[in-house]
Amino acid sequence: MSRVPRGWMVFTTFVALFLTVLLLPKWLDAVRPAFAVLTVLYFSITWPRAGGIGLGFFTGLALDALEGPVIGEHALVLSTIAFIAVWEHQRIRSKPAFQQSLIVFFALVLYEFLLFVIDAWTGHPNTDPLRWLHTFSGALIWPIAIALLERGHSPR
Amino acid sequence: MAFGVANSSLPGRGPTPGLRFVAYAVLAIVLMFLDKRQGWMEEVRYGLQAATYPMQVAVSSPSTAWDWMRESTRTRDALRVENNELRTRMRDLELRTMRYDSLARENAKLRGLNAALPPVAEKWLVAEIVHAEIDSLRPRVLINRGANNGVFKAQAVLDDEGIVGQTTHVGPWSAEVILITDPEHAIPVQIERTGVRTIAVGTGNEGELALPYLPGNADVQAGDMLVTSGLGGVFPQGYPVGKVLEVHREAVQPLAQVRAAPLAHINRDREVMLVWFREAHPAAPVRDVDGRDLPNGDPNAKPQMVPLKPGATPAVSAQPATGPNASGARGGTAAPGTGTPATGTARPPAASGVGPRGTVPVPAPTRTQTTTPSTGAPPATQPAPGANAPTRAPESAARTSPPRPTAPAQTPTSPPPANQPAQGTR
Repeated sequence: MSRVPRGWMVFTTFVALFLTVLLLPKWLDAVRPAFAVLTVLYFSITWPRAGGIGLGFFTGLALDALEGPVIGEHALVLSTIAFIAVWEHQRIRSKPAFQQSLIVFFALVLYEFLLFVIDAWTGHPNTDPLRWLHTFSGALIWPIAIALLERGHSPR
Repeated sequence: MAFGVANSSLPGRGPTPGLRFVAYAVLAIVLMFLDKRQGWMEEVRYGLQAATYPMQVAVSSPSTAWDWMRESTRTRDALRVENNELRTRMRDLELRTMRYDSLARENAKLRGLNAALPPVAEKWLVAEIVHAEIDSLRPRVLINRGANNGVFKAQAVLDDEGIVGQTTHVGPWSAEVILITDPEHAIPVQIERTGVRTIAVGTGNEGELALPYLPGNADVQAGDMLVTSGLGGVFPQGYPVGKVLEVHREAVQPLAQVRAAPLAHINRDREVMLVWFREAHPAAPVRDVDGRDLPNGDPNAKPQMVPLKPGATPAVSAQPATGPNASGARGGTAAPGTGTPATGTARPPAASGVGPRGTVPVPAPTRTQTTTPSTGAPPATQPAPGANAPTRAPESAARTSPPRPTAPAQTPTSPPPANQPAQGTR
């Protein structure tokens, strides 16, 4: 088992955050995948002992600071997603890419659903159906994301 | 069992994932609770805003660079055309300002004031929009001015046409602005033509406001101007907000459905203005004290008395406000119709029926005794109970008992000199 590429982890997370807040045209903004969630999912599955839950928490905190209505909302949801990914990392890792995409799709739906629930609880209800659109694009982009993220470290 | 598999594959290096997750989740929930319910996270938000500011600047730098490039490659002719346009516009504005000055003087004369009030805006600061969320769900913008420039939370943000929004979170170098078109934003407005007060809420559509609280028979029509009503404590009175686009009435609906368009170029602005207002100005927004409402049952507040008819025998002379009760300076704004600019000395007795300058009597005692919220006075200027007690005690005593020798009754024929000191302070 190879060493955990900490630097790569931090770097890609920053890139993902950058892509998340990058200004895009409106139509592109609606289908923008949740890059930060994909990054956290990848590292939680590939290195379950590298602190994926903590990565999820702090990435979520950064998302909250950048665009969240309530501090702690994304932090809670992303650490939950990371926790599930760490629990199930062996099952997910053994699946072919297509099935992984399906799992990622459900993870993204869960992520958005939890945000939806917390939004409603904290008084920022948002029932726009467009908010679910990125789950599809995230699942579609997953194989590409894996390929890119694997380039930064030696094969494990 | 998946849980067992996961556990066995992670032999004891630190706490198990479950424990870690619980710790982080509890931390996140505590953060959410503190942020939402207690508002204790202002300092943390301040720090986070500072930490994320470089990233937001970096993200918006491509569009900034593009704008800069376009700006620097403009031709001389284009600049000349724009210069001409600006000159014409400036002349128009100067003409309008001249007319405004004469109107302000006339208004001051009508109100019996010696000089026109200064404009309600004391100073302003131009801020650049560095980052905008196009997200229609949270249309917020980030501006490049923060607490280091004196920006405070819930400060009014304007552009040259009207109200843009208000600041929600202030960092050291940046501030987040919520736009009036945000569905979570509501602004108290007044219809300029009729004076009807209502509330305009954002719809989430850029360029659209809704007036959901107007009854079906309210006098509102397309083309009406909406101005701020000065309530709510953020925006001053009389600034343009929007224009009514469409009024939709249905017989079965008790409320009219009114759509309005904001006047400010909300999604085209690159620069906005932050405005500071004179606190003592009558049109200034009324601020809460320490973010709290005024206390209920203010001991100094009394209902106004009905002014007696000139022929009736007054039972009591009104106690003028003097000395420590320095609200006289604001009394002039509270009751400008009296024509007696308050100077901190005695007010004419309300019961006398004749003011020193023969003006209409105004039930003044409660006005001068207390600073009503409408004057824009923070209750901090109210006298301490100890200082106030002597002025109030004789008044209440005199109301029920015959006039005392030390407090001679005033009759309509003998109004007191205007600078008579308060009897109660002796």
